[in-house]
Amino acid sequence: MEVLLDVLISRVNYWVYIVLMMIGLYGIIAKKNLVKKIIGMNILQTAVILFFISIGAKKNATIPIIEHGHDAAHTAVTATHYINPLPHVLMLTAIVVAVATLGVALTLVIKVHQQYHTLEENEILERIREA
Amino acid sequence: MKIGGLILVVILGSVLIYGSLEFPPWGDPASPASSHVSPYYIEKSVEDTSVPNLVTAVLADYRGYDTMFETIVIFTAGIACIFLLRIFRKEETETRLYRHIPTGITLRIEKSGKFPEKSAAFERIDSVWVPHDLIVKTTCRLIVPFIQIFALYVIAHGHHSPGGGFQGGVILGAAMILYAVAFNLRSATRRMGERLTVLLCTLGVFIYAGTGVLCMLLGLNYLDYSALAGVLGVDPVTARSHGILIVEIGVGIAVMAVMVTLYYNLASAGKHDEGL
Repeated sequence: MEVLLDVLISRVNYWVYIVLMMIGLYGIIAKKNLVKKIIGMNILQTAVILFFISIGAKKNATIPIIEHGHDAAHTAVTATHYINPLPHVLMLTAIVVAVATLGVALTLVIKVHQQYHTLEENEILERIREA
Repeated sequence: MKIGGLILVVILGSVLIYGSLEFPPWGDPASPASSHVSPYYIEKSVEDTSVPNLVTAVLADYRGYDTMFETIVIFTAGIACIFLLRIFRKEETETRLYRHIPTGITLRIEKSGKFPEKSAAFERIDSVWVPHDLIVKTTCRLIVPFIQIFALYVIAHGHHSPGGGFQGGVILGAAMILYAVAFNLRSATRRMGERLTVLLCTLGVFIYAGTGVLCMLLGLNYLDYSALAGVLGVDPVTARSHGILIVEIGVGIAVMAVMVTLYYNLASAGKHDEGL
Protein backbone atom coordinates (compact mmCIF):
# COMPACT_ATOMS: atom_id res chain seq x y z
CA MET A 1 0.00 0.00 0.00
CA GLU A 2 2.80 2.36 1.00
CA VAL A 3 4.66 1.64 -2.24
CA LEU A 4 1.52 2.10 -4.28
CA LEU A 5 0.86 5.46 -2.66
CA ASP A 6 4.44 6.52 -3.35
CA VAL A 7 4.09 5.67 -7.04
CA LEU A 8 0.76 7.49 -7.19
CA ILE A 9 2.06 10.66 -5.57
CA SER A 10 5.25 10.86 -7.64
CA ARG A 11 3.53 10.18 -10.99
CA VAL A 12 0.11 11.78 -10.63
CA ASN A 13 1.16 14.87 -12.61
CA TYR A 14 2.02 12.75 -15.67
CA TRP A 15 -1.30 10.95 -15.38
CA VAL A 16 -3.23 14.19 -15.34
CA TYR A 17 -1.45 15.27 -18.54
CA ILE A 18 -2.07 11.89 -20.14
CA VAL A 19 -5.79 12.15 -19.32
CA LEU A 20 -5.87 15.69 -20.70
CA MET A 21 -4.01 14.60 -23.84
CA MET A 22 -6.42 11.72 -24.38
CA ILE A 23 -9.40 14.08 -24.01
CA GLY A 24 -7.89 16.23 -26.75
CA LEU A 25 -7.13 13.24 -28.96
CA TYR A 26 -10.66 11.90 -28.49
CA GLY A 27 -11.99 15.30 -29.52
CA ILE A 28 -9.92 15.23 -32.69
CA ILE A 29 -11.02 11.70 -33.57
CA ALA A 30 -14.68 11.64 -32.58
CA LYS A 31 -16.05 15.13 -33.06
CA LYS A 32 -17.49 15.90 -36.48
CA ASN A 33 -17.43 19.68 -36.20
CA LEU A 34 -14.16 21.20 -37.42
CA VAL A 35 -14.08 23.90 -34.72
CA LYS A 36 -14.49 21.22 -32.05
CA LYS A 37 -11.60 19.34 -33.64
CA ILE A 38 -9.47 22.48 -33.33
CA ILE A 39 -10.46 22.81 -29.66
CA GLY A 40 -9.40 19.20 -29.17
CA MET A 41 -6.07 19.95 -30.84
CA ASN A 42 -5.55 22.88 -28.46
CA ILE A 43 -6.31 20.73 -25.40
CA LEU A 44 -3.73 18.23 -26.67
CA GLN A 45 -1.18 21.02 -27.11
CA THR A 46 -1.87 22.29 -23.59
CA ALA A 47 -1.27 18.80 -22.21
CA VAL A 48 2.11 18.61 -23.96
CA ILE A 49 3.07 22.08 -22.71
CA LEU A 50 2.14 21.17 -19.11
CA PHE A 51 4.10 17.94 -19.43
CA PHE A 52 7.25 19.78 -20.50
CA ILE A 53 6.87 22.37 -17.74
CA SER A 54 6.50 19.66 -15.10
CA ILE A 55 9.70 17.99 -16.37
CA GLY A 56 11.57 21.16 -15.48
CA ALA A 57 10.50 21.17 -11.84
CA LYS A 58 13.00 20.42 -9.08
CA LYS A 59 12.34 19.96 -5.38
CA ASN A 60 13.55 22.83 -3.15
CA ALA A 61 14.48 24.95 -6.16
CA THR A 62 13.33 28.41 -7.16
CA ILE A 63 12.51 30.11 -10.47
CA PRO A 64 15.40 30.30 -12.95
CA ILE A 65 16.36 33.91 -12.30
CA ILE A 66 19.74 34.25 -10.61
CA GLU A 67 19.72 36.38 -7.48
CA HIS A 68 22.03 39.30 -8.03
CA GLY A 69 22.96 42.61 -6.50
CA HIS A 70 24.79 45.58 -7.91
CA ASP A 71 27.79 45.34 -5.61
CA ALA A 72 27.98 41.62 -4.96
CA ALA A 73 30.60 39.74 -6.92
CA HIS A 74 29.50 36.66 -8.82
CA THR A 75 28.67 34.09 -6.22
CA ALA A 76 28.87 30.44 -7.13
CA VAL A 77 25.58 29.24 -8.62
CA THR A 78 24.58 25.63 -8.06
CA ALA A 79 22.30 23.98 -10.55
CA THR A 80 20.16 22.28 -7.90
CA HIS A 81 18.97 25.62 -6.50
CA TYR A 82 17.25 26.70 -9.70
CA ILE A 83 14.67 24.83 -11.74
CA ASN A 84 15.56 23.70 -15.23
CA PRO A 85 15.09 26.66 -17.64
CA LEU A 86 15.24 24.57 -20.82
CA PRO A 87 11.63 23.25 -20.90
CA HIS A 88 10.42 26.76 -20.10
CA VAL A 89 12.27 28.15 -23.11
CA LEU A 90 10.91 25.47 -25.42
CA MET A 91 7.34 25.91 -24.21
CA LEU A 92 7.52 29.70 -24.26
CA THR A 93 8.00 29.61 -28.00
CA ALA A 94 5.60 26.67 -28.38
CA ILE A 95 2.75 28.64 -26.78
CA VAL A 96 3.12 31.53 -29.23
CA VAL A 97 3.51 29.14 -32.15
CA ALA A 98 0.36 27.35 -30.95
CA VAL A 99 -1.52 30.66 -31.16
CA ALA A 100 -0.17 31.27 -34.67
CA THR A 101 -1.11 27.77 -35.85
CA LEU A 102 -4.54 28.24 -34.26
CA GLY A 103 -4.89 31.36 -36.40
CA VAL A 104 -4.03 29.41 -39.55
CA ALA A 105 -6.42 26.60 -38.56
CA LEU A 106 -9.25 29.10 -38.08
CA THR A 107 -8.36 30.68 -41.43
CA LEU A 108 -8.77 27.31 -43.12
CA VAL A 109 -12.06 26.76 -41.29
CA ILE A 110 -13.35 30.10 -42.56
CA LYS A 111 -12.31 29.12 -46.09
CA VAL A 112 -14.08 25.75 -45.78
CA HIS A 113 -17.21 27.48 -44.52
CA GLN A 114 -17.14 29.93 -47.43
CA GLN A 115 -16.89 27.00 -49.85
CA TYR A 116 -19.37 24.51 -48.35
CA HIS A 117 -21.49 26.61 -45.95
CA THR A 118 -21.09 24.06 -43.20
CA LEU A 119 -18.46 22.89 -40.73
CA GLU A 120 -19.78 19.38 -40.15
CA GLU A 121 -17.35 16.86 -41.57
CA ASN A 122 -19.95 14.43 -42.97
CA GLU A 123 -21.90 17.22 -44.67
CA ILE A 124 -18.71 18.57 -46.24
CA LEU A 125 -17.85 15.10 -47.57
CA GLU A 126 -21.38 14.76 -48.95
CA ARG A 127 -21.07 18.06 -50.78
CA ILE A 128 -17.68 17.11 -52.20
CA ARG A 129 -19.19 13.87 -53.56
CA GLU A 130 -22.15 15.73 -55.06
CA ALA A 131 -19.91 18.18 -56.90
CA MET B 1 -16.47 6.18 -34.99
CA LYS B 2 -17.18 7.35 -31.46
CA ILE B 3 -16.82 3.89 -29.88
CA GLY B 4 -13.74 3.12 -31.97
CA GLY B 5 -12.16 6.43 -30.98
CA LEU B 6 -12.93 5.83 -27.33
CA ILE B 7 -11.37 2.36 -27.38
CA LEU B 8 -8.28 3.68 -29.19
CA VAL B 9 -7.89 6.55 -26.74
CA VAL B 10 -8.30 4.31 -23.70
CA ILE B 11 -5.71 1.84 -25.05
CA LEU B 12 -3.23 4.61 -25.86
CA GLY B 13 -3.83 6.24 -22.48
CA SER B 14 -3.17 3.03 -20.58
CA VAL B 15 0.01 2.41 -22.59
CA LEU B 16 1.20 5.92 -21.75
CA ILE B 17 0.32 5.50 -18.05
CA TYR B 18 2.22 2.20 -18.04
CA GLY B 19 5.15 4.01 -19.64
CA SER B 20 4.97 6.80 -17.09
CA LEU B 21 5.94 4.33 -14.34
CA GLU B 22 9.46 4.45 -15.78
CA PHE B 23 9.59 8.25 -15.60
CA PRO B 24 11.64 10.02 -12.95
CA PRO B 25 9.52 11.08 -9.96
CA TRP B 26 8.20 14.62 -9.82
CA GLY B 27 10.79 17.25 -8.89
CA ASP B 28 13.78 14.91 -9.06
CA PRO B 29 16.91 17.10 -9.42
CA ALA B 30 18.82 14.21 -11.00
CA SER B 31 16.27 13.50 -13.74
CA PRO B 32 17.68 13.14 -17.28
CA ALA B 33 16.08 16.42 -18.40
CA SER B 34 17.92 18.35 -15.69
CA SER B 35 21.29 16.66 -15.86
CA HIS B 36 22.94 17.19 -19.25
CA VAL B 37 23.02 20.66 -20.73
CA SER B 38 20.77 22.45 -18.26
CA PRO B 39 23.30 22.67 -15.34
CA TYR B 40 25.69 24.41 -17.73
CA TYR B 41 23.04 26.98 -18.60
CA ILE B 42 22.25 27.61 -14.93
CA GLU B 43 25.83 27.89 -13.74
CA LYS B 44 27.52 29.70 -16.62
CA SER B 45 24.80 31.97 -17.94
CA VAL B 46 25.60 35.02 -15.80
CA GLU B 47 29.31 34.57 -16.49
CA ASP B 48 28.78 34.25 -20.26
CA THR B 49 26.01 36.75 -20.94
CA SER B 50 25.46 38.74 -17.69
CA VAL B 51 21.73 38.02 -17.96
CA PRO B 52 20.22 36.85 -14.65
CA ASN B 53 16.99 35.59 -16.22
CA LEU B 54 18.15 32.19 -17.46
CA VAL B 55 15.10 31.69 -19.66
CA THR B 56 15.95 34.83 -21.65
CA ALA B 57 19.62 33.90 -21.87
CA VAL B 58 18.87 30.40 -23.17
CA LEU B 59 16.08 31.63 -25.45
CA ALA B 60 17.95 34.35 -27.32
CA ASP B 61 21.59 33.39 -26.91
CA TYR B 62 22.31 29.69 -26.43
CA ARG B 63 19.33 28.58 -28.49
CA GLY B 64 19.18 31.60 -30.77
CA TYR B 65 18.65 29.56 -33.94
CA ASP B 66 15.64 27.81 -32.43
CA THR B 67 14.02 31.10 -31.47
CA MET B 68 14.79 32.67 -34.84
CA PHE B 69 13.03 29.89 -36.68
CA GLU B 70 10.12 29.99 -34.23
CA THR B 71 9.79 33.67 -35.11
CA ILE B 72 9.84 32.73 -38.78
CA VAL B 73 7.10 30.14 -38.13
CA ILE B 74 4.93 32.88 -36.60
CA PHE B 75 5.72 35.20 -39.50
CA THR B 76 4.79 32.46 -41.98
CA ALA B 77 1.50 31.89 -40.15
CA GLY B 78 0.62 35.57 -40.48
CA ILE B 79 1.52 35.62 -44.17
CA ALA B 80 -0.41 32.40 -44.81
CA CYS B 81 -3.46 33.93 -43.16
CA ILE B 82 -3.27 36.93 -45.49
CA PHE B 83 -2.77 34.76 -48.59
CA LEU B 84 -5.68 32.48 -47.74
CA LEU B 85 -8.27 34.99 -46.63
CA ARG B 86 -7.58 38.49 -47.88
CA ILE B 87 -10.03 39.75 -50.49
CA PHE B 88 -8.74 42.83 -52.25
CA ARG B 89 -11.75 43.40 -54.50
CA LYS B 90 -13.94 46.07 -52.99
CA GLU B 91 -17.63 46.11 -53.73
CA GLU B 92 -18.65 49.74 -54.00
CA THR B 93 -22.15 50.37 -52.78
CA GLU B 94 -24.55 52.71 -54.58
CA THR B 95 -24.56 55.42 -51.95
CA ARG B 96 -22.65 55.87 -48.72
CA LEU B 97 -23.99 57.51 -45.60
CA TYR B 98 -21.86 59.57 -43.27
CA ARG B 99 -23.07 61.06 -40.03
CA HIS B 100 -21.54 64.14 -38.48
CA ILE B 101 -21.13 63.05 -34.88
CA PRO B 102 -21.49 66.40 -33.02
CA THR B 103 -24.64 67.54 -34.87
CA GLY B 104 -26.18 64.27 -36.00
CA ILE B 105 -26.62 65.49 -39.59
CA THR B 106 -26.35 62.62 -42.08
CA LEU B 107 -24.75 63.15 -45.49
CA ARG B 108 -25.52 60.97 -48.49
CA ILE B 109 -22.63 60.54 -50.90
CA GLU B 110 -23.37 59.32 -54.43
CA LYS B 111 -21.44 56.49 -56.02
CA SER B 112 -18.65 58.51 -57.57
CA GLY B 113 -18.71 61.19 -54.90
CA LYS B 114 -15.53 61.93 -52.96
CA PHE B 115 -15.49 62.14 -49.21
CA PRO B 116 -12.57 62.36 -46.75
CA GLU B 117 -12.69 58.89 -45.18
CA LYS B 118 -10.26 59.74 -42.42
CA SER B 119 -12.19 62.57 -40.84
CA ALA B 120 -12.77 61.89 -37.14
CA ALA B 121 -15.90 64.06 -36.94
CA PHE B 122 -17.79 61.80 -39.35
CA GLU B 123 -18.66 58.16 -39.04
CA ARG B 124 -19.82 55.86 -41.77
CA ILE B 125 -23.27 54.38 -41.35
CA ASP B 126 -23.66 50.97 -42.98
CA SER B 127 -24.60 47.41 -42.09
CA VAL B 128 -21.61 47.05 -39.77
CA TRP B 129 -22.24 50.25 -37.89
CA VAL B 130 -22.77 49.81 -34.16
CA PRO B 131 -24.21 52.40 -31.80
CA HIS B 132 -21.88 54.24 -29.48
CA ASP B 133 -21.10 52.54 -26.23
CA LEU B 134 -19.69 55.28 -24.07
CA ILE B 135 -18.55 53.19 -21.11
CA VAL B 136 -16.80 50.48 -23.11
CA LYS B 137 -15.12 52.91 -25.48
CA THR B 138 -13.95 55.29 -22.75
CA THR B 139 -12.62 52.45 -20.60
CA CYS B 140 -10.69 51.01 -23.52
CA ARG B 141 -9.33 54.40 -24.51
CA LEU B 142 -8.05 54.86 -20.96
CA ILE B 143 -6.67 51.37 -20.52
CA VAL B 144 -4.96 50.77 -23.87
CA PRO B 145 -1.97 53.11 -23.24
CA PHE B 146 -1.28 51.43 -19.91
CA ILE B 147 -1.39 47.99 -21.51
CA GLN B 148 1.08 49.18 -24.12
CA ILE B 149 3.42 50.65 -21.50
CA PHE B 150 3.27 47.40 -19.58
CA ALA B 151 4.09 45.49 -22.78
CA LEU B 152 7.14 47.68 -23.38
CA TYR B 153 8.19 47.09 -19.78
CA VAL B 154 7.84 43.33 -20.23
CA ILE B 155 10.00 43.44 -23.38
CA ALA B 156 12.66 45.75 -21.93
CA HIS B 157 12.82 44.07 -18.54
CA GLY B 158 13.10 40.53 -19.84
CA HIS B 159 16.71 40.34 -18.68
CA HIS B 160 15.96 40.72 -14.98
CA SER B 161 12.42 39.45 -14.47
CA PRO B 162 10.02 37.10 -16.24
CA GLY B 163 9.32 38.57 -19.65
CA GLY B 164 10.76 39.00 -23.09
CA GLY B 165 9.86 39.51 -26.70
CA PHE B 166 7.19 36.84 -27.04
CA GLN B 167 5.22 37.83 -23.94
CA GLY B 168 5.55 41.57 -24.51
CA GLY B 169 4.64 41.21 -28.18
CA VAL B 170 1.48 39.30 -27.32
CA ILE B 171 0.47 41.97 -24.77
CA LEU B 172 1.07 44.73 -27.35
CA GLY B 173 -1.01 42.82 -29.89
CA ALA B 174 -3.74 42.30 -27.29
CA ALA B 175 -3.91 46.06 -26.68
CA MET B 176 -4.49 46.66 -30.39
CA ILE B 177 -7.07 43.87 -30.56
CA LEU B 178 -8.87 45.34 -27.53
CA TYR B 179 -9.05 48.64 -29.36
CA ALA B 180 -10.46 46.90 -32.43
CA VAL B 181 -13.05 45.03 -30.37
CA ALA B 182 -14.18 48.08 -28.40
CA PHE B 183 -14.41 50.43 -31.38
CA ASN B 184 -14.60 48.67 -34.71
CA LEU B 185 -12.26 47.23 -37.27
CA ARG B 186 -12.45 50.31 -39.45
CA SER B 187 -11.14 52.65 -36.76
CA ALA B 188 -8.51 50.09 -35.78
CA THR B 189 -7.19 49.82 -39.34
CA ARG B 190 -7.15 53.61 -39.49
CA ARG B 191 -4.79 53.62 -36.49
CA MET B 192 -2.69 50.72 -37.65
CA GLY B 193 -3.13 49.88 -41.29
CA GLU B 194 -2.61 46.58 -43.01
CA ARG B 195 0.45 47.87 -44.81
CA LEU B 196 2.03 48.87 -41.50
CA THR B 197 1.32 45.54 -39.79
CA VAL B 198 2.83 43.53 -42.64
CA LEU B 199 5.82 45.87 -42.68
CA LEU B 200 6.30 45.44 -38.91
CA CYS B 201 5.99 41.66 -39.28
CA THR B 202 8.82 41.66 -41.77
CA LEU B 203 10.82 44.22 -39.80
CA GLY B 204 10.77 42.05 -36.68
CA VAL B 205 12.13 39.00 -38.49
CA PHE B 206 14.60 41.25 -40.32
CA ILE B 207 15.95 42.69 -37.04
CA TYR B 208 16.53 39.19 -35.72
CA ALA B 209 18.12 37.75 -38.85
CA GLY B 210 20.00 41.01 -39.53
CA THR B 211 21.63 40.91 -36.10
CA GLY B 212 22.89 37.44 -36.94
CA VAL B 213 24.25 38.60 -40.29
CA LEU B 214 25.92 41.59 -38.63
CA CYS B 215 27.69 39.25 -36.21
CA MET B 216 28.91 37.24 -39.18
CA LEU B 217 30.15 40.35 -40.99
CA LEU B 218 32.07 41.33 -37.87
CA GLY B 219 33.96 38.06 -38.01
CA LEU B 220 32.23 35.68 -35.61
CA ASN B 221 29.54 33.03 -35.94
CA TYR B 222 25.93 33.74 -36.89
CA LEU B 223 24.06 35.12 -33.83
CA ASP B 224 27.23 35.25 -31.69
CA TYR B 225 26.46 38.64 -30.16
CA SER B 226 29.92 39.13 -28.64
CA ALA B 227 30.94 40.26 -32.15
CA LEU B 228 28.90 43.41 -31.52
CA ALA B 229 31.26 44.52 -28.73
CA GLY B 230 33.12 46.88 -31.05
CA VAL B 231 29.96 48.42 -32.50
CA LEU B 232 28.26 48.93 -29.14
CA GLY B 233 31.47 49.97 -27.36
CA VAL B 234 31.21 47.49 -24.49
CA ASP B 235 32.99 44.31 -23.46
CA PRO B 236 31.96 41.04 -25.15
CA VAL B 237 29.91 39.75 -22.19
CA THR B 238 27.79 42.92 -22.02
CA ALA B 239 27.53 42.86 -25.80
CA ARG B 240 25.83 39.48 -25.56
CA SER B 241 23.35 40.96 -23.10
CA HIS B 242 22.63 43.89 -25.44
CA GLY B 243 22.41 41.55 -28.44
CA ILE B 244 19.72 39.59 -26.60
CA LEU B 245 17.76 42.81 -26.07
CA ILE B 246 18.00 43.67 -29.78
CA VAL B 247 16.64 40.33 -30.93
CA GLU B 248 13.94 40.39 -28.23
CA ILE B 249 12.74 43.71 -29.62
CA GLY B 250 12.64 42.12 -33.09
CA VAL B 251 10.64 39.17 -31.75
CA GLY B 252 8.25 41.52 -29.93
CA ILE B 253 7.55 43.56 -33.07
CA ALA B 254 7.00 40.44 -35.18
CA VAL B 255 4.70 38.76 -32.65
CA MET B 256 2.64 41.93 -32.16
CA ALA B 257 2.20 42.45 -35.88
CA VAL B 258 1.23 38.82 -36.48
CA MET B 259 -1.38 38.87 -33.69
CA VAL B 260 -2.94 42.00 -35.15
CA THR B 261 -2.83 40.61 -38.70
CA LEU B 262 -4.48 37.37 -37.60
CA TYR B 263 -7.22 39.30 -35.81
CA TYR B 264 -7.91 41.66 -38.72
CA ASN B 265 -8.22 38.81 -41.20
CA LEU B 266 -10.12 36.37 -39.00
CA ALA B 267 -12.59 38.91 -37.65
CA SER B 268 -13.61 40.18 -41.07
CA ALA B 269 -13.01 36.99 -43.13
CA GLY B 270 -10.41 38.91 -45.14
CA LYS B 271 -12.60 41.85 -46.12
CA HIS B 272 -11.20 44.28 -43.52
CA ASP B 273 -14.40 46.28 -43.31
CA GLU B 274 -16.18 44.90 -40.29
CA GLY B 275 -15.10 43.53 -36.99
CA LEU B 276 -16.80 41.66 -34.23
